[in-house]
Amino acid sequence: MVGNRVLYLGAVVAIGIATLLSFATPMIIRTTIDSIIGEKPMDAPLFITTFVKWVGGTTVIRHNLWIASILMISLSIIRGAFDYIKGRWSARASESIAKNLRNKLYNHLQKVPVKYHSTTKTGDLIQRCTSDVETVRRFLSVQVVETGRALMMIAIIVPIMLTMNTKMTLISVILVPLILIFAFIFFVKIRSYFQTADEAEGSMTAVLQENLTGIRVVRAFARQKFEKNKFDEKNTEYRGYSYRLIRLLAIYWGVSDLLIYSQTGLVLIAGTVMTINGDITLGTMVAFFTLVSYILWPIRQTGRILADLGKAFVSVGRINEVLDYPKEDSGGISLEDKVSGNIEFKNMSFAYNSDTPILKNISFKINKGQTVVIFGPTGSGKSTLVNLLPRLWDYTNGSILIDGQELNQFNRQYIRNQIGIVLQEPFLYAKTLQENISLGKTGNVTQQELLEVSQIAAIHNEIQSFEKGYDTPVGEKGVTLSGGQRQRIAIARALLQNPPILIFDDSLSALDTETETKLQNALMERKGKSTTIVISHRLSTATNADNVIVLDKGEITQIGKHSELILQDGIYKRIWEMQTGVIK
Amino acid sequence: MKEKAQKETEYTKRFDFAVWKKILKFAIPYRKFMVYLALAMMSVAGVDIVMPMLTRYVIDNIVATGEMNRIVPFAILFLSIILLQSFNVFFFIVMAGKVETGVSYAIRNSAFSKLQDLSFSYFDKTPVGWLMARMTSDTTKLSNIIAWGLVDFVWGFTLMFGIAIAMFIVNWKLALVVLSVTPILAWISGKFQVRILKSYRTVRKTNSKITASFNEGIMGAITTKSLVREDANYKDFSNLTTTMFQSSYRAAVQSALFLPIVLTGSIVGCALALWAGGNGVVMGVLSYGTLVMFIAYADFFFIPIRELAHIFAELQNAQASAERIMTLIETQPEIVDNLDSIKEHPLKVNGEVEFEDVGFKYKNGQEVLANFNLKVKAGETIAFVGDTGGGKTTIANLVGRFYEPTSGKILVDGIDYTKLPLQWIQSNLGVVLQEPHLFSGTIIENIRYGNLNASDDEAISASKLAHSHQFIEDLELGYQTIIEEGGTNLSTGQKQLLSLARALLANPAILIMDEATSSVDTETEHLIQQAIQTVVVNRTSFIIAHRLSTIRNADRILVIQNGKIVEEGDHDELLRQKGKYYNLYSVQFVDEITSENLRNR
Repeated sequence: MVGNRVLYLGAVVAIGIATLLSFATPMIIRTTIDSIIGEKPMDAPLFITTFVKWVGGTTVIRHNLWIASILMISLSIIRGAFDYIKGRWSARASESIAKNLRNKLYNHLQKVPVKYHSTTKTGDLIQRCTSDVETVRRFLSVQVVETGRALMMIAIIVPIMLTMNTKMTLISVILVPLILIFAFIFFVKIRSYFQTADEAEGSMTAVLQENLTGIRVVRAFARQKFEKNKFDEKNTEYRGYSYRLIRLLAIYWGVSDLLIYSQTGLVLIAGTVMTINGDITLGTMVAFFTLVSYILWPIRQTGRILADLGKAFVSVGRINEVLDYPKEDSGGISLEDKVSGNIEFKNMSFAYNSDTPILKNISFKINKGQTVVIFGPTGSGKSTLVNLLPRLWDYTNGSILIDGQELNQFNRQYIRNQIGIVLQEPFLYAKTLQENISLGKTGNVTQQELLEVSQIAAIHNEIQSFEKGYDTPVGEKGVTLSGGQRQRIAIARALLQNPPILIFDDSLSALDTETETKLQNALMERKGKSTTIVISHRLSTATNADNVIVLDKGEITQIGKHSELILQDGIYKRIWEMQTGVIK
Repeated sequence: MKEKAQKETEYTKRFDFAVWKKILKFAIPYRKFMVYLALAMMSVAGVDIVMPMLTRYVIDNIVATGEMNRIVPFAILFLSIILLQSFNVFFFIVMAGKVETGVSYAIRNSAFSKLQDLSFSYFDKTPVGWLMARMTSDTTKLSNIIAWGLVDFVWGFTLMFGIAIAMFIVNWKLALVVLSVTPILAWISGKFQVRILKSYRTVRKTNSKITASFNEGIMGAITTKSLVREDANYKDFSNLTTTMFQSSYRAAVQSALFLPIVLTGSIVGCALALWAGGNGVVMGVLSYGTLVMFIAYADFFFIPIRELAHIFAELQNAQASAERIMTLIETQPEIVDNLDSIKEHPLKVNGEVEFEDVGFKYKNGQEVLANFNLKVKAGETIAFVGDTGGGKTTIANLVGRFYEPTSGKILVDGIDYTKLPLQWIQSNLGVVLQEPHLFSGTIIENIRYGNLNASDDEAISASKLAHSHQFIEDLELGYQTIIEEGGTNLSTGQKQLLSLARALLANPAILIMDEATSSVDTETEHLIQQAIQTVVVNRTSFIIAHRLSTIRNADRILVIQNGKIVEEGDHDELLRQKGKYYNLYSVQFVDEITSENLRNR
């Protein structure tokens, strides 16, 4: 940031020098025409008179007019160089601020707890990360330097004016406060109109989006005409609001230009009167006229600066809201080795919000290498239970022990590395299939390993049938693959991770029965390598498990081996009997 | 196909008049305003030319002579000119606003209408995001350039042209000297603007990658955490932002270089005039007054060149938008009403459907159906089961004429439906989709989507039939509950019941339910099952289901595999066959009983 501040300061100084140099050109032209070609006595700033003397007086230049031309061009080149420096430095500063902001946001969003993501809307977050950053960037790249320039102009020019004539100075800036106040009031008042126009655009886009995503429904009911009318209504509304906004802006620019021109006119007329009365010289009058135009031009931009400043403030606020949310803590124990995979829940309870507990008094034990099936209806808390293990959420009561060590004491990243979890709706990155699978393992992945896990996950053959095989890119959010394919790729990814603890969160649900059986058989062969927790609706999974936990409404209702459960009175037995009954 | 549509094609072609002609058609209703706008801009340029003359007049004729009495008339003149100019400013902004908002309105409406007519196959290959971008940013860009480009163009052109003429009148030789730099300057400007635009294009591309990355980072947060990918992702991302920094910095530096070069170029023009003209005065071939006037003009001449170069570059850039929008508007729907379609036909569909040797291939050549034959009597309930991708949904879409067979034909009530208007079949159709799409608005409005003329009572009784009445009544605002965008405030099951009610209100002769009961909890599933029993009465129904309990009562169950009917019969017959259906059923039945038992314990 300090570096950027220096760059900004440098840019403002550069633009100031460039602006000062830009005064020189008209003066050279005037002096050349009036006093070198013409006969008027020289009435020019010191640098010109010195230069003329240095060259050898007016007559020398008169016969070598190229000198004046070259001087003009050289000054313009120097001025250009300063302009360029300003552009370069301000761009460097604003772009690097934007870059840092984006990096910071991205990093932050990856490190905030899952809780944050579950309570915020993706679209809104993305808007904060993109358009809000862009608003800030645009303000920084243009308006900061422009404001600096305007202030510097005023700071330089007003004292110059004052040395020449106080009364004339006063007249020269008399309308400036009025212009500024008008700009300020106008942009405060107009803000709500900007908002209505934005909202109208938003609701038009919403209708469009809804129509496009629901185009099948529209067609199914042959509602094309209805939809056209609906869109036309929103489109007309949007047009109306944005036109109204443009009209208001037209009023603003009209009035503001009138004020600016009036200020020029005042200087011209007052200057004339004062010159004729002998209060000031003609040279002073011309100087005032020129100088005033140099301050009025940046002042004319005040309206825009204010509007952009307002927007930038709102955006900074929205960005800070994201950045202020605390990240997950990063402390805790990291062991040298992998955990061995003993899991124990002791009277553990959990609630997303303090008032409604999702899991109550959960106690069970899984030894390393065992396979346990969790079984229960939708909403019984199965997913919540397994999400606690990689510390995606932190439990509130009781304890969870991994190898006898309290889970909360582990470093989050360490424990996550020990657990492979396949979600019900797995997420794939916009990379190739090979890359997606390889993400599970740090370091190099051999072709051999890749094939092995893909075969276990029963996805290898399908990948082979794709035109690009393992190099097939996954479209954004994995849309080009079916749900079942995504699940199996995520399974391959988790297998490659080869973690001590493996969790399948209903991750076979999108598979058809045959593929599922194939996959299950392959997984069975791996039995014992990892502690495995499987959430499933299907009983066939449970028959081979070391233990079955039946969960309902956040509580464990039954627990035991398949062979034990079918002997106990309870749901499991009833279901099993039904199943065998049907199969027979 | 998807990739082709998604790719933001690079249009490096030269100026394409044909495309602009088509786009300008949208501006025709606003030509009056465009003329006013042009006139206003000429007037603005005129005042801009006159202003320096006024100053000179004051200095030469009032201050120099000391004739105070001329001040008042001058002040009045000055005031009226600035009033005129301020009005001009107001007026041209209003006119440009009219044109801008009008043109974008017209383009959007026209594109939207087209989208309502395009076939499903178009939407299969075109992502929604792509279409949204055409309707929003491209449209905005085009209407902007048409309105504000005209502003800058007329102003700049009038100014340059007017001054050039004035200079030629005053002294044509000097004029040539000044103008000599113009072609070079124009060339440099053109080159620069194109390069700057190209750089910004890279910036935009990187920007959309950054947006995609943010999206990925947010959507995949849990996966990232569980794979401990935070640092690796961050590294990838910061590579992107570094690229972004480099490309936008490059673009900014190019812009920063451009302005000084143009400025220096114009100063060279002035300097040349000063040198040549000054020598002329010294040698006595040019009057002093002429030189003064000439230099003033020369100074002014170059101001608009930057604006003009900018417009041409923008125009070139906007051409890509224009082409994309025109491709959308000019796309022909694949399914259109046959011109010689039968005009005389019964209004109501009876519901008999027959597939005759129907084949269907997707655009990409993938064959889904071949020689498919099926005859469905009016009022029959047909269920499809089988693996994903086996062709069930395609069959349903063919029934609704959302696709047409690529070979063979489909007869509805004995008539080849391609010989009838599209509306005929589709207005007699009710469809309930796997992912029930609701529109934002109240619940009752959503149900009424099935029949816009239905009364509240009719809508409510459809809702009762679909078993959605109960949960709606339980909502605080009942039928007036507002459904948020995408229906996020309802569960999937509730949405499905609503879309069933909507379909029922249409009282269709043919009802299609495509996986309407997946992803529903057991209770809702039960409700839907009951609902289906009542709704299939008196209409031809096609039910696609994963859950076999839904279809147990169908008149006929077809097991579809690779586009073929492999088993056919009612539930009991198929179970007796002990084939594919039997296997599916025995596995699933257990699951269903399981969850039901757990629920109703």
